[in-house]
Amino acid sequence: MSYQIEKALHREYEAGFVSNVASDTFPPGLDEDVIRRISKMKNEPEWMLNWRLKAFRIWQKMEEPEWAHLNYPKINYQDISYYSAPKSMADKPKSLDEVDPELLATYEKLGIPLHEQEMLAGVAVDAVFDSVSVVTTFREKLEEAGVIFCPISEAVHKYPELVKKYLGRVVPQHDNFFAALNCAVFTDGSFVYIPKGVRCPMELSTYFRINEQNTGQFERTLIVADEGSYVSYLEGCTAPQRDENQLHAAVVELVALDDAEIKYSTVQNWYPGDENGKGGIYNFVTKRGVCHNNAKISWTQVETGSAITWKYPSCILKGDNSIGEFYSVALTRGAQQADTGTKMVHIGKNTKSTIISKGISAGRSNNSYRGLVQMHGSADDARNFTQCDSLLIGDKCGAHTFPYVESSNPSAIVEHEATTSKVSDDQMFLCQQRGMDPEKAVSMIVNGFCKEVFKELPMEFAVEAGKLLEISLEGSVG
Amino acid sequence: MLKINQLSASVEDKTILKGLNLEVKPGEVHAIMGPNGAGKSTLGYVLSGRDGYEVEGGSAELDGSDLLELEPEERARKGLFLAFQYPVEIPGVSNMEFMKAAVDAALEARGEEALSSAEFLKRAKQACKQVQLPLEFLKRGVNEGFSGGEKKRNEIMQMLLLEPKLAILDESDSGLDIDALKVVADGVNSQRDGQRSFIVVTHYQRLLDYIEPDYVHVLSDGKIVKSGDASLAKELEAQGYAWLQGYEDKNGAEEPVA
Repeated sequence: MSYQIEKALHREYEAGFVSNVASDTFPPGLDEDVIRRISKMKNEPEWMLNWRLKAFRIWQKMEEPEWAHLNYPKINYQDISYYSAPKSMADKPKSLDEVDPELLATYEKLGIPLHEQEMLAGVAVDAVFDSVSVVTTFREKLEEAGVIFCPISEAVHKYPELVKKYLGRVVPQHDNFFAALNCAVFTDGSFVYIPKGVRCPMELSTYFRINEQNTGQFERTLIVADEGSYVSYLEGCTAPQRDENQLHAAVVELVALDDAEIKYSTVQNWYPGDENGKGGIYNFVTKRGVCHNNAKISWTQVETGSAITWKYPSCILKGDNSIGEFYSVALTRGAQQADTGTKMVHIGKNTKSTIISKGISAGRSNNSYRGLVQMHGSADDARNFTQCDSLLIGDKCGAHTFPYVESSNPSAIVEHEATTSKVSDDQMFLCQQRGMDPEKAVSMIVNGFCKEVFKELPMEFAVEAGKLLEISLEGSVG
Repeated sequence: MLKINQLSASVEDKTILKGLNLEVKPGEVHAIMGPNGAGKSTLGYVLSGRDGYEVEGGSAELDGSDLLELEPEERARKGLFLAFQYPVEIPGVSNMEFMKAAVDAALEARGEEALSSAEFLKRAKQACKQVQLPLEFLKRGVNEGFSGGEKKRNEIMQMLLLEPKLAILDESDSGLDIDALKVVADGVNSQRDGQRSFIVVTHYQRLLDYIEPDYVHVLSDGKIVKSGDASLAKELEAQGYAWLQGYEDKNGAEEPVA
């Protein structure tokens, strides 16, 4: 049976095509001059360039972290190109009609039509292709509500005060090696501002696509939810199938001011590499949010792609009564490796956090949960609940759990539950005896295992995530 | 319907079935009784194609097609149903979702259209009521946190929905109180229509007070050693299985009556 499951996991990556788009791409290499050129391409103000240069100097003194349960050859940062943009984007198309049809076709093929009338009703999309934002939909409609949703490169020009006030405040330049690199070379990403008391009228979403070869993608997302506001945001990611590894080092910062709520969902499907671990995206991402009084941040992630995933979406529960949540499904198969989890830092009184992590390992993959729950001395009556479940498919994969708990407040309560289970032959046989083919059986069992997390995703994406798991698992059984 | 000829099978290199013969005609109910370790459960697993059960010889046909050549799911789609002795839990997968997938697979195999969700729900509710489980069991994970008796009722519910041609009940009565026993028996009796057949595997005669078998077979050491009508079960109940010791040596394996 295990053999059958193994077989089922071999499956083509559907988003692996390359778009034929003429691009302006920097030659590989990284120095201050490259950073000045990126800044110039973006026509940035002086303060932005200085901020980048400061980050670069910090980065140069930093060491790449080695504590994660990951194995990969050392990355040569001089072999990577740090900027690539479709030539057609040079003249900044004013409307969708002016956008290169090949770019639109790319998103169409990925199931993300960018013509507003064809889109999922109620979802606005910012489409980022390599280093630039191609188009952002529904902007007028959002502006009516006072919501700002635009490429961050544009926000630097149009909303410098907001950007200056919040950029790097949650994830500072010196935070970690990959974040520092991102600060120096980030090229695009999304900026969101929800004004006081506004409930964002639609789901916001950014779709990241890496196309160019030997290019890194370094996007930066900043979401500010002003007092009493609400926003639900989703990001999706894919990349072509290539034999070389490609680096993706993103930073996401969330600011939830008093009484605000941010729901941030990720469906990550970067190219995972082939069965033998050749190619695939190295995904080193820093995501963090800060909650002011009574605010809430909820991270939901479905991670099925990337050769390497290094990612810990975290919440700083600074304000009293604030709430942090982390719901995660991480599926690894083939030779994929994931070291992912969260940090919940309780500073305010009566803060609460919930962590539900579901790791699924198949093939020869390794899947680690790494989570920190920190109760500061000021965090009176703070509570955390962590549930960490691992599901093994086959007998060559690994599941690991690294929980860290630090409590400096005797009134704080921390709970941790963990389980490890296997898709058992008994379960498979029951399903088959009821007439289901083995592929259907595996995907049903895995979907059941993930149910608690899927129910946190926005409706449309829950279906998509379920399908994605199904696709990832298809062929896992003969 | 089912023809088993000289079937031998092993588990982990140990031969369990040693030349078993059995024929079940449409509409018949056969009870298979016997002491522990006789191979009663093995028979159900071999017929349904469980991994790890190696067929060493003989044949088994269901409506003329060679059962032993087929994948487990293909056997199921031909109308073979096994009610498990120890039903396994599938956490997070609701009973509804699970049974819909099973029924859809059966319909698809027959070239019929899938049921609408509303129609399926109607049938599922009916089946759930028939086995006297609260309707919330449809929403709960498959066997998740069910008691032993609830698991057995759940198996019968699946049988009612799938309407198999041949159902094998593997000790569906073990560990049940009298009410649950009646529910299981009622499930079988309600499906007896002169066409569907049943193999009821049991250690005790008790279940057969409620399901009247057409034939009773005694399985011992991998073979059917004695066959008779319902009265044989009563005889076994009175005498136990001890008399089987040495029975075979004297008489050899008998051809089944059926």
